[in-house]
Amino acid sequence: MINKIVQSMADAMAGIKDGSTVLIGGFGAVGQPDQLIEALIEQGAKDLTCVCNNAGTGRVGLAKLMELGRVRKIICSFPRSAGSVVFEELYRAGKLELEIVPQGTMAERMRAAGAGVPAFFTATSVGTLLAAGKEQREFNGRQYVMEHALKGDVALVEAWEGDRWGNLAYRSSGRNFNPVMAMASDLTIAQVSHVRELGEIEPDHVHTPGIFVHRVIRVDRGPDWA
Amino acid sequence: MQGFDRKGMAARLAQDIPEGWYVNLGIGIPTMVGDFVPMDREVIFHSENGILGMGPAPAPDKVDPWLVNAGKQAVTLRPGGSYFHHADSFAMIRGGHIDLCVLGAFEVAANGDIANWATSENDTAPAVGGAMDLGAGAKRLWVVMEHTTKDGRPKLVEKCGYPLTTPGAVSRVYTNLGVFEIVKGKGFVVVELAPGVTLEQAQAATAAPLHTQ
Repeated sequence: MINKIVQSMADAMAGIKDGSTVLIGGFGAVGQPDQLIEALIEQGAKDLTCVCNNAGTGRVGLAKLMELGRVRKIICSFPRSAGSVVFEELYRAGKLELEIVPQGTMAERMRAAGAGVPAFFTATSVGTLLAAGKEQREFNGRQYVMEHALKGDVALVEAWEGDRWGNLAYRSSGRNFNPVMAMASDLTIAQVSHVRELGEIEPDHVHTPGIFVHRVIRVDRGPDWA
Repeated sequence: MQGFDRKGMAARLAQDIPEGWYVNLGIGIPTMVGDFVPMDREVIFHSENGILGMGPAPAPDKVDPWLVNAGKQAVTLRPGGSYFHHADSFAMIRGGHIDLCVLGAFEVAANGDIANWATSENDTAPAVGGAMDLGAGAKRLWVVMEHTTKDGRPKLVEKCGYPLTTPGAVSRVYTNLGVFEIVKGKGFVVVELAPGVTLEQAQAATAAPLHTQ
C-alpha cells in the first residue's frame, strides 16, 4: 500500500541535507507552508538556497531561518516588503546572497525544471540589468533572453487537502507557486489542512497529481485559516 | 493649478477601459482603478497570484484570508472568476493574453521606456515582482503616476535615469496633470489636460517636449 502520509514533522523533514536548494511555496502568507518552515528550522539543515517569492516578514518562518544563519542564498522576485527586516539586515551586512528573478521567469524556470526543459527563451527582462550576461536570440524579429530551469532538492508546499497517494488540491489564491514547486523538486513535502480518502478529492479537481508529491502531513492552521 | 487627485487619476484611466478587456492592475494608484469601473461594464481583472475575475475589497466581516491580490490586500472573486497557479498566471501575461496592464512608475521616457523597479544599479534591495513580465507581455502598458516627484522633479523624461523595467513598452501615461499618449518617433502627445491645468504648466513639469497632435 502506498502511503505518503507521515505522522511527525521529524519524518516529514528526514534526509534534508546541508546545501540543499529548498523551494518554498506561498505568496506572502497565503499558501505558505508555515509549519513545514518551522519544522525545517527545527531539523537543522544549513547552507541552504531558498527559492521563495518573498524574503519573509517579521522574525518568524523564513525570516527566522535566515536570521539563524542557515540560508546562504535567496532566489526571489520581491524580497523587499513591509516587515522584511531580517532580509534587509542580512543583505546589507553582506551575509546573504540575493538572486532577483522576475516573478514569471521564476515560475516558468520551475515549471521547466519539472517538465524536463533545461532552458527556454523569454522576452521578460530583455533590455534590462537582469538580462546582463545572459544569452540572447532573436525569434520572429524580437529579442529573447535565455533562462535556465530552476530545480529544487526539496519543495515545501501548502495545500488545502491531500490523500495518501499525494494528490493535492489548493484553496483559492493559496495555489500560487505551490504546483510548480511541487513538480520541480526531487523531494516534495506538503502540509495539508485536510487528509482525504482516496477518491474523495474529485479526480477532476486534483490540482497536483500525486506523482509530484512524496510526503504529506496534516497540520492544524487554526481558526483564522479554516 | 488644480489637476487630478489620486482618485481622479484612477477614475480618468478607468473611463478608457472597454468592456471585455482582461486587465492587470499594479500596486498603488493602479489598484484604485478597479473601483472606478462600474460593475455593469464587464472588465475582468487579473491578479498575478492566480486570480481572474477579481472583485473589490470585501466588507471587514467578510474577509477571506485565502483571497488576496498582488499587493496582499483582501479582495473578492466575482461570479465567473477562477483560480490557477503561478506559471499559468504568467503564461497569461507573457503569452500576450492580457489586454492591458496598469503600473506605477519612477520614470517614463518619451520612447515608452519605463523604470519602476530599482532606484539605482546598487539598490540596497531591488524588488522586481511581476513588473518586467507585465511590461514585456501585456498587449498594452499604461502608467498612472504623479507627474513629478515629491520634490518637483519631472517623471516624464527624454531618457530614463533609473534602471529600466522594460524598454519601449508604455503607450499612455495618466498623471495629475493630464493624459499623454506615447507616439513612436514623436514622443509625448497631449490627449487631454486635467481641469485647470494649462499646456505651459504641464510642459514646465515635463522633461521632454509635449506635442499637441
